[in-house]
Amino acid sequence: MKNFTFACRLVIPVFFSYVFIGLAYGILLHQAGYSVLWAVLSSMFIYAGSMQIVLVALLTSGASLWTIAFTALFINARHIFYGIGFVERFREIGGWKYPYMALTMTDETYSVLCSAEYPEDVESDTAVFYVQLLGHIIWVAASAFGALMGELIPFDMTGIEFSATAFFVTVVVSQWRRSNSHIPAITGFVSAIIFYFALGADNFILPALSVSAVVLALMKDRITLKTGGALNV
Amino acid sequence: MSDIYIITAIAAAALATMFDRALPYMLFSGKKELPERASYLGNSLPTAIMAILVVYCLRNIDFSVFPHGLAEFISVLLVAFLQIWKNNTVVSIILGTACYMVLIRTVF
Repeated sequence: MKNFTFACRLVIPVFFSYVFIGLAYGILLHQAGYSVLWAVLSSMFIYAGSMQIVLVALLTSGASLWTIAFTALFINARHIFYGIGFVERFREIGGWKYPYMALTMTDETYSVLCSAEYPEDVESDTAVFYVQLLGHIIWVAASAFGALMGELIPFDMTGIEFSATAFFVTVVVSQWRRSNSHIPAITGFVSAIIFYFALGADNFILPALSVSAVVLALMKDRITLKTGGALNV
Repeated sequence: MSDIYIITAIAAAALATMFDRALPYMLFSGKKELPERASYLGNSLPTAIMAILVVYCLRNIDFSVFPHGLAEFISVLLVAFLQIWKNNTVVSIILGTACYMVLIRTVF
């Protein structure tokens, strides 16, 4: 119970962006003529916000399955980088929870897990599982709700999607304060800015991630020296 | 629209996404120990990724027309300031988002 309560506390910061982006997705799918069943199935099995919103446009234009598969492969390729830090940990947990936790990693839960500090009386492996499960449930429920009730919501919610940006800003600030070396954060930011202006909004993230990984790998000895062997992430 | 099309479309997107998520685990599944450089990257890359994700969230700003992303930048600065000052994630997110929603309705 303690583990579950702690996981709930960890998930609160991403709750808003999940609920509102999930609602937006459900409403879009409903407007494109698809029922709540499809909102639930797609959110359960794809579970990737920006890809699902693109999917609505692809469905409406009758895109081929190959187009859909390759679009998903490229939009979500950033997830390849998220697994690297969790391979050993999830493998130790094992069982059915291992593939489940690997396949439910998102931008948001990844950030939550990377910035979490576990108290001594909390089993971190169990808490991590609950974070993944809660994120998944909130996302499926929000998109189902959007598909069912979307048009009945009486408020103009434009701009609520900024909560996702705000969440990532808080993670950057917290990590900046906690880590001994600021080289990783600066590397990521500078490469993102350079590739954003060089390649444009739709193509910058993969080159930025790849170059950051290479730069950090090359600077390994320098960063390790500076932090005395362990980075606080 | 046929049910077959949406079922296969969801399956195609789901399988491609699962492949991305499973890839690092498949690459390193056979070995007992992760290569040192890979486990080092697993520790240092998250901080770089978070900074990249902030830029990713702001990627659709059109700098060429008014207000040139001012609503986003003011709100991002407010979130950062609140987080440094109070260190309360939920408060920073709620106030920052509220600031953004008010700015795009009133000032810009």
